[in-house]
Amino acid sequence: MKKWALSALKPLLTVVLGLIVSGLIGQLTGYPASAVMSALWLGSVGTVTNFASTLVIFIPLSLTALGIAIAFRAGLFNIGAEGQYWMGAIAATWVGAMGGAWPPGVHLLAVILAAIVAGGLYAMIPGLLKAYRGAHEVITTMMLSYAAVEFGHYLIEKGPLMLPGAIPESPAIAQSATLPILVPTTELSAGIFLALGAILIAAWLMTRTRLGFEITLLGKNPKATRLAGVSAPKLTVISMVIAGAFAGLAGGVQISGVSHQLMDSFANQYGFTAIVVALLARNNPWGIIPSAFLFAALQSGAGYMQMNANIPAQMAYVIQGAIVFMVAADRMFDWAWIRFRKGRWGQMPPSETPAIAHEEVSL
Amino acid sequence: MAQLEVVGVSKRFGNLRANDNISFSVRGGEVLAVLGENGAGKSTLMKIVSGFLRPDSGRVAVDGQTIPIGDPQAAIRAGIGMIHQHFMLIPRMTVMENLILGREPRTRLGSIDTRQAKQEVEDLSKRFGLHVDPNSPVESLSVGEQQRVEILKAFYRGAKILILDEPTALLTPQETDRLFGSIREFARQGLSVVFISHKLDEVMKISERVMVVRAGQLVDTVDTGQTDAFSLARMMVGRDVDLGASRTTSGLGNVVLTVDHLESQLSKGQPLLGPISFTLRHGEILGVAGVEGNGQQELAELLAGIRLPSSGTILLDDKRVDSLPIRRRLESDIAYVPADRQGEGLVLDLKIWENFILRDYYRPPFRKGLGIDVKVAKARTQAAVDAFDIRPNNIDLPSRALSGGNQQKLLLAREMSRNPRIMIVSQPTRGLDVGAIEYVHHQLMSLAQTGTAIVLISLELDELMKLSDRIMVLFRGQIQGIVARPEFRRDAIGLWMTGQKGQEVRQ
Repeated sequence: MKKWALSALKPLLTVVLGLIVSGLIGQLTGYPASAVMSALWLGSVGTVTNFASTLVIFIPLSLTALGIAIAFRAGLFNIGAEGQYWMGAIAATWVGAMGGAWPPGVHLLAVILAAIVAGGLYAMIPGLLKAYRGAHEVITTMMLSYAAVEFGHYLIEKGPLMLPGAIPESPAIAQSATLPILVPTTELSAGIFLALGAILIAAWLMTRTRLGFEITLLGKNPKATRLAGVSAPKLTVISMVIAGAFAGLAGGVQISGVSHQLMDSFANQYGFTAIVVALLARNNPWGIIPSAFLFAALQSGAGYMQMNANIPAQMAYVIQGAIVFMVAADRMFDWAWIRFRKGRWGQMPPSETPAIAHEEVSL
Repeated sequence: MAQLEVVGVSKRFGNLRANDNISFSVRGGEVLAVLGENGAGKSTLMKIVSGFLRPDSGRVAVDGQTIPIGDPQAAIRAGIGMIHQHFMLIPRMTVMENLILGREPRTRLGSIDTRQAKQEVEDLSKRFGLHVDPNSPVESLSVGEQQRVEILKAFYRGAKILILDEPTALLTPQETDRLFGSIREFARQGLSVVFISHKLDEVMKISERVMVVRAGQLVDTVDTGQTDAFSLARMMVGRDVDLGASRTTSGLGNVVLTVDHLESQLSKGQPLLGPISFTLRHGEILGVAGVEGNGQQELAELLAGIRLPSSGTILLDDKRVDSLPIRRRLESDIAYVPADRQGEGLVLDLKIWENFILRDYYRPPFRKGLGIDVKVAKARTQAAVDAFDIRPNNIDLPSRALSGGNQQKLLLAREMSRNPRIMIVSQPTRGLDVGAIEYVHHQLMSLAQTGTAIVLISLELDELMKLSDRIMVLFRGQIQGIVARPEFRRDAIGLWMTGQKGQEVRQ
């Protein structure tokens, strides 16, 4: 418990500092920090409806972040989870809108599975390229992400999933392919259980299985992993497929639970926000719960703030940006900590401390 | 008059007292050896002297003048020159460019005055007898020559006090002799030399006085002539050390490994290793000697399956193993302890017990359902950690928390517990202190006693001569010679290492 609390301390500090900084920015630009924060609070968790809409965003964010976190654990930077998310959504729409008579539940199951498979297969491409051709996954996943998004646009604009009309959108999926709504008059669907279930599965996979052990090994030390007889290329592909499967599931759940059809606005850049979610969670599946919730709350609070408190939604993005910045700069805390412990300044820079300690050992 | 004087230097890192009130002095024309185990505080002390670290208290004086502490530039101006174990040279630049870098002589127009630079370099190398071609790029030089460039660099910056940090670690015996010749020459010309080492024989050979440090404290400073290796070892380790434990071979068994015309090529016609052929018997320790980078790493990797041969065969008993992947070789009871234990042997961020099962986690007794039987894994690890006296013995710590010696013990414990028939060990004692070296040697000898055939790759000739039944010398990927135990001769092996054929000692 103590260890757990300690490892949560830094992310917490990150968030608090982000809030303080953005509060200051709000203050300076004429929006009192207290007003901003209370509007955010009200807009994200203040009412049942608002809480539900936070959870609606939580679902795709957490699922996509799982995909990114698992790839990260394997030492792979899955920047293009957005594309895997789109592919999952496309597959879900296709299966959901294909018509035909399905036994109860089977259609929904098929939609979800199609999304998982599509996301997994799509992530397999950069996995294979990385494993056997050495192509860097940051480039390939990123490029393939654009390809997927454009493919989706094509499908709804002039492709087979086009619904005749002025707005580019797909036909709606069948009733039998939708996830049941949990809170009436909101968009919160049973997808929340899928998200929590996926977190549970990811945590189990990473900490309780040999595959999770291998993925961790690969991420920590690929050379030693290879010397232990593990096939790094194979494992790279598998890790990417699993990562893509989670991101694809996110897209499928979004179609099946929220938008019920493929259209341009359904993605909302979740794939990119999810990168920060995973980073803040330190790639720990359990950590994704608070981290995805935080970003979901910021997003849903932003809309409320704009409409009801007359504070521009951009203020919420300032907060988001400030937190992202703090996440990126979190080594800063180590540095401050060392300085604090030493109790005096003017020592050697902290980056040298481990280096020197390391050298002492390796002499 | 003492040229270098260090008074009451203390330095703490957190709770660790790296240096505790250490004082010493070196006179001009004197060679002072600083002897101590790894982690004893030698390097910290020298980093303080050369200004890389700021001590918590104490002062450093040259010729009676206190120099500002924690200022490398001031130390250089005062004439302190530090030669690091890992050279700080730019491989692509020439010797001269490396030497003048940062202090280039200028012509009136502001461009580099090459003629004067060359003149200065030549004068220096003549004066100190350190011969290197100023125009050859550093990357084409041998390790010994690169070291000479490092020393020249210090002289170019006006060093009067030369600090050498483990200077012989990468040298052949001949290069070491040559270095010692140079050191004596420096002393003769009135320079002070501080020679940091943990090798007793070298300290005995080169120094006039020895300062022994242990756990951050100055144990004693003695005249080399008044002491011997055993008392020094006792002072360094704090207890009696068995230095001479030599190997008794009780007859070797059958041939277990046959390597036949094994070859590895970088590309067609560019051999990295081989073709080489040799055999290995049950219970035999085959030492592989050579200057670093002469095919030892390739040989280890070929045997372990990390690299596949371009031609040739490896027979384990009568079965071919040369094309088996790594895991199948591990399953054939071939164990490999890589030289780079932190980079290849262990996963430092993982716990000790996780590292212990690193190569067997997928098979019984550790396999359990889709996961790992943590209970069995931990029990086995705890037993091994206790048996090998790995400290700290908390197996839930990351292996990063272990010292170099204990990391090596963990590696050996893991590989030995796999009951290998063949064990490839690369640089098992590099960077370890005397106590740990003694332990590793002991373990390897008892492993051979139980019948395991060991391929021992080492840069330390003493180690090979102490442990091996036969020594095989590699030079540019070829076997330069193989010699069996009674005929071990340092000078002959040293010549082989430099590529000179000595047919008369060849077996």
